[in-house]
Amino acid sequence: MLTIKDLKASVDGKEILKGLNLEVKAGEVHAIMGPNGSGKSTLASVLAGRSEYEVNGGTVTFEGQDLLDMKPEDRARAGVFLAFQYPVEIPGVSNANFLKTAVNEVRKSRGQEILDSKDFLVMMKERMKLVEMDKAMTQRSVNEGFSGGEKKRNEIFQMAMLEPKLSILDETDSGLDIDALRIVSNGVNALRDGKRAFIVITHYQRLLDYIVPDFVHVLYKGRIVKSGTKKLALELEEKGYDWIKEEAEALNA
Amino acid sequence: MSEDLKILDEVTQSEYKWGFVSNIESDNAPKGLSEDIVRFISEKKNEPSWLLEWRLKAFRYWLTMEEPVWANVHYPKIDFQDIIYYSAPKAKPVLNSLDELDPEIKATFDKLGISLQEQKRLSGVAMDAVIDSVSVKTTFREALGELGIIFCSFSEAVHAHPELIKKYLGSVVPYTDNYYSALNSAVFSDGSFCYIPKGVRCPMELSTYFRINSAGTGQFERTLIVAEDGAYVSYLEGCTAPMRDENQLHAAVVEIVSHTDATVKYSTVQNWYPGNKEGIGGIYNFVTKRGICAGDRAKISWTQVETGSAITWKYPSVILKGDFSIGEFYSVAVTNNMQQADTGTKMIHLGKNTKSTIISKGISGGKSQNSYRGLVKINKNADNARNFSQCDSLLLGDKCGAHTFPYLEVNNKSAKVEHEATTSKVGEDQIFYCNQRGISTEDAVNLIVNGYCKEVFNQLPMEFAVEAQKLLAISLEGSVG
Repeated sequence: MLTIKDLKASVDGKEILKGLNLEVKAGEVHAIMGPNGSGKSTLASVLAGRSEYEVNGGTVTFEGQDLLDMKPEDRARAGVFLAFQYPVEIPGVSNANFLKTAVNEVRKSRGQEILDSKDFLVMMKERMKLVEMDKAMTQRSVNEGFSGGEKKRNEIFQMAMLEPKLSILDETDSGLDIDALRIVSNGVNALRDGKRAFIVITHYQRLLDYIVPDFVHVLYKGRIVKSGTKKLALELEEKGYDWIKEEAEALNA
Repeated sequence: MSEDLKILDEVTQSEYKWGFVSNIESDNAPKGLSEDIVRFISEKKNEPSWLLEWRLKAFRYWLTMEEPVWANVHYPKIDFQDIIYYSAPKAKPVLNSLDELDPEIKATFDKLGISLQEQKRLSGVAMDAVIDSVSVKTTFREALGELGIIFCSFSEAVHAHPELIKKYLGSVVPYTDNYYSALNSAVFSDGSFCYIPKGVRCPMELSTYFRINSAGTGQFERTLIVAEDGAYVSYLEGCTAPMRDENQLHAAVVEIVSHTDATVKYSTVQNWYPGNKEGIGGIYNFVTKRGICAGDRAKISWTQVETGSAITWKYPSVILKGDFSIGEFYSVAVTNNMQQADTGTKMIHLGKNTKSTIISKGISGGKSQNSYRGLVKINKNADNARNFSQCDSLLLGDKCGAHTFPYLEVNNKSAKVEHEATTSKVGEDQIFYCNQRGISTEDAVNLIVNGYCKEVFNQLPMEFAVEAQKLLAISLEGSVG
């Protein structure tokens, strides 16, 4: 589904990704871990097409298309979803109105019929249950005055509504208490259907107890330096990143 | 410049859809302003001598005045001798039905998307259309007449209801009020008059459509609305003009009198031609709008959506004279390209327990300058007066400006006055967030700005709100960059 080859990217002239390779197949869950500043969020931003990030080399192919050549909205319409680390507030625009616009844009591009208000409400009601969201939240302005937990739940709710093929969760667990973490994870797990793929970016092993990954990768200095299974995450929690750093430096030396 | 900004910049050519010129034959006065021109206009309109006298007094007063320069707008000095002060479509003098309307005028309305027929049939909005200076047609008059409601052109009212005009003309905005109100009083050509008798709730929205068509002309219309005790009326005003590379002057006066327990709601969607992207041409919109809550528990509510004009200079105000009277001002002012707007309100609290609300949303894009200027004055006898003001400015891009000039004069210790102001930018973060959900940059800006204006749009009658949203979308094309 997604093939990243030798990806190099910089922000403000500083190179962050220095030749990253990753292959994600349909139905797989990949966790990406790594110390601060290793390039995790940069990867998420580059895949989503944030304009401040400059791609200096490499290729990204999504379902046979050159992802890097697509505008952010076209990537979204093609099925790439980013759950933001810091969801953005849009005052005066109700969550429901925002989502209806988004859902219909995505449907249009897929040649599906536009949902009228009634069908949309039915769909919304059903998906709200996934993240235990109450109706009042859909009438509130997008993320405005939402608690940290509500914002993250809202991201997963949007994901459920947009039915992406590839979801990138950028530190969705940061700032969540145990209850919110459980709700968010349940939402994600409910969407795992053997076809959708997920890239889960996180600092903590804890999230991976809830969303169990097929692969765990360690990102360090802009490259994936180690890959493994869920066990690798546990090992990292126990030993920290120092041994990985040493290994990587030794390889580079 | 980021990709988003670039896209937005390219989208542009923000074309003004209403910029056509209609080939309506018109009857013009010679250029320039003098006592003779004032007499010419009065004669053309077959006016009684008391009105001519009033005009002449206004004209002589105007000659003694200086053009105001305090507003935060900049333009070359206006040559008042280079303007045509009277221009009327040459049509049959009296029209009995819409079918007799000049076909060109009809076509104009069709282009504007306000076919009078349709208006009449579908929306039940009674309307008066003013092209250049003269009122062309008032629909729905008979149905309103049965309720005792008078809705006609100003010049008709002068003949049919002189006692009302004599009583109220200049009672809220005297000709001595300011430079442009004096000018208007001297040369006003037509406008709308609306009178709602005691206890009557006007069953439909009343609407006036203003259109400047001829070149080199100024438009000086006058609107007078009187609501007797316990009456209610909702009044709409829309404006457009052709695209011309000259600046045209629009100096209107609107007066509202709301008696005891009466409510007048006045909504404007102003879309005069704003000039081109380089700031050539466009309407100078110098308008005086004021209402008085003359009796207890009277209410006046102004809602305006200002998207057009090269320069807007306009402060719809309310004098809260009756006890427990209410004044409201809801405004969205959009400036793009080289537009300048200096707009706001004045709330003058005279009565006890009076209450006013000001919600102003300024949106600036391109290289435009957008100023809010508002006065809240609490007189010494206005016990327990309350005001709440909220002035928000939204910047699109980094070459525009937003300014706020709030004035407060509180002379009574029991007053409660609150003022909130914010300035924000449509963030690239917000746009990217929308993009990431499949929404294009253009749609994202619209969504964000509409959300921002929601409080004001909610005040507009339904069909007007839809129009305002569409207008906003067009006005904002290419605003970020």
